[in-house]
Amino acid sequence: MADISPTPDKADAPLIVARGVRKFYGPIHAVDGVDLDIRAGELFGLIGHNGAGKSTLFKMMLGLIPATSGEIRINGALVTGRDFRAVRRSVGYLPENVVLYDNLTGLETLQFFARLKGASPAETGPALERVGLAQAARRRVREYSKGMRQRLGFAQALLGKPRILFLDEPTTGLDPEAIRSFYAILRQLRSEGVTTVITSHILAEIQERVDRLAIMTAGKIQASGTVQDLREQMDLPLWFSVRVAKADFETVRNALAHLQIDAIEAMDDHVKVKCRREAKMAVIEALAGLDGRVRDLTVREPSLEDVFFGFSD
Amino acid sequence: MEIAQIATIASKEFWDRIRNRWVLAVALVFTAFALVIAYFGAAQQGSVGFRSIDVTIASLVSLVIYLIPLIALVLGFDAIVGERERGSLDLLLSMPITRLELLLGKYFGLAAALTFSTIAGFGLVAVVLSAKLDLNALFHYFGFMLSSVLLGCAFLSLAVMLSVFAADRTRASGLAIATWFFFVLVFDLLLLGALVVSGGQWGGEIFPYLLLANPADVFRILNIFSLDDVRTLYGLATVFPRALADPWLLGLVMFAWIAVPLGIATWRFRK
Repeated sequence: MADISPTPDKADAPLIVARGVRKFYGPIHAVDGVDLDIRAGELFGLIGHNGAGKSTLFKMMLGLIPATSGEIRINGALVTGRDFRAVRRSVGYLPENVVLYDNLTGLETLQFFARLKGASPAETGPALERVGLAQAARRRVREYSKGMRQRLGFAQALLGKPRILFLDEPTTGLDPEAIRSFYAILRQLRSEGVTTVITSHILAEIQERVDRLAIMTAGKIQASGTVQDLREQMDLPLWFSVRVAKADFETVRNALAHLQIDAIEAMDDHVKVKCRREAKMAVIEALAGLDGRVRDLTVREPSLEDVFFGFSD
Repeated sequence: MEIAQIATIASKEFWDRIRNRWVLAVALVFTAFALVIAYFGAAQQGSVGFRSIDVTIASLVSLVIYLIPLIALVLGFDAIVGERERGSLDLLLSMPITRLELLLGKYFGLAAALTFSTIAGFGLVAVVLSAKLDLNALFHYFGFMLSSVLLGCAFLSLAVMLSVFAADRTRASGLAIATWFFFVLVFDLLLLGALVVSGGQWGGEIFPYLLLANPADVFRILNIFSLDDVRTLYGLATVFPRALADPWLLGLVMFAWIAVPLGIATWRFRK
């Protein structure tokens, strides 16, 4: 069996590499020329509309479906090659809307998948405890709520101490507390060096949590990088919220008149200023020079949702 | 190929059927039918009670030919398509397991459940009747049980093949029912019809070989040909050459009926 653990000289090399990956179903180009590098220990987000090709790319990364052309390697090994068992033993996968076996208990479910993965049966109890299902271990899955099933699916993905996690819409059906606990586990795993590739429709949820992300539309990667990189690539405007007395609205307008400002809107107790990123510091300096008339100042960076729609539209 | 992976899948499939009492239900059906046939098979002649093993086996063969293919097809028709439709197939295939291992695991697990219920159901009858059976009769009855298992495994293999080809469970169940109709009800009628219409000119010589193209007929020949009392009754001795009726050869044909559909299923599943 091939050892796919990283060697010291490879530690900084991408752990997952996709090159020229295409998947065509007749005239439909589900994935169309994807190049992607995901580094070890990274929490990587993959976002896109329904049908953008995320799940197909996921399945190709797992070796579930062959690529029409191109190749995907995990730590140098082809996912569909001779070392596929070693690759898959190093991977944990949580599919979108995970379906488990209703007639098994939570514990039996994990025991079944642990055997398939070659993981120790002793891992099953701690895995259940980690996702908060220890009390429900001996209940049949048919009695589990949607959120509990999702957590059990996540526990399944953690079996065998995987070095890479592929999580497709992992927080579907989870309540806010479970979502928080889920991301706490991901943070802990990242500190242990686990690489996670995650898709989510809830952009606000992953915005502050991923190291880097890629935006997919129509089977192509439109952009990739940190959230900040993408903001800069998209060159979306910033919004300032300047709290001043109503009498000072004109003063603010005059102070900013010589700068490159896209828009100024007077609201009840504040002025909203829209400007390009390059004007950001000049706006702050101009406002600072207003002799304490500015009572409060908030800068709103473009959200991931703004960035996403900027690229996908 | 990793045997442990096949065993894990097979074990789950088998225990699923034990747990949901499928094995128990089928075993009870077999026991009940076998006991009724053994004790009341001669009721039309005005007597009840066990008469001879040959007559009992001949009656059971008629029953089993209808029942076991149906049970096997119902058991296996959604083995793969069911997992695909529920959405659990991707998760299974993301494990360190090949498609061949998954398919074989499914097949062996279901085959074990069917075998267990067949042996338990008919075996219980053998135990009940053991006081009235000599060694030769027990040998014949054992042969009947073994061939019943092979018949079930052959139709289960067909069912698993259908479950790989079918796009959804509904179509798979339709295909399974059509398969049962074809092999159990239509196949022999077609052969006989061809013989009668052509006045025996067409297919007369290849007729015995064509019977091997149906696992249900292979099962019938395996059992009936070994029973002196009923061979002539069925008229098989006149149309079926003795050389072809070698139990080892027929057993081999049954194994081919298990292996070939599984092979086709594997080829398709890998694609």
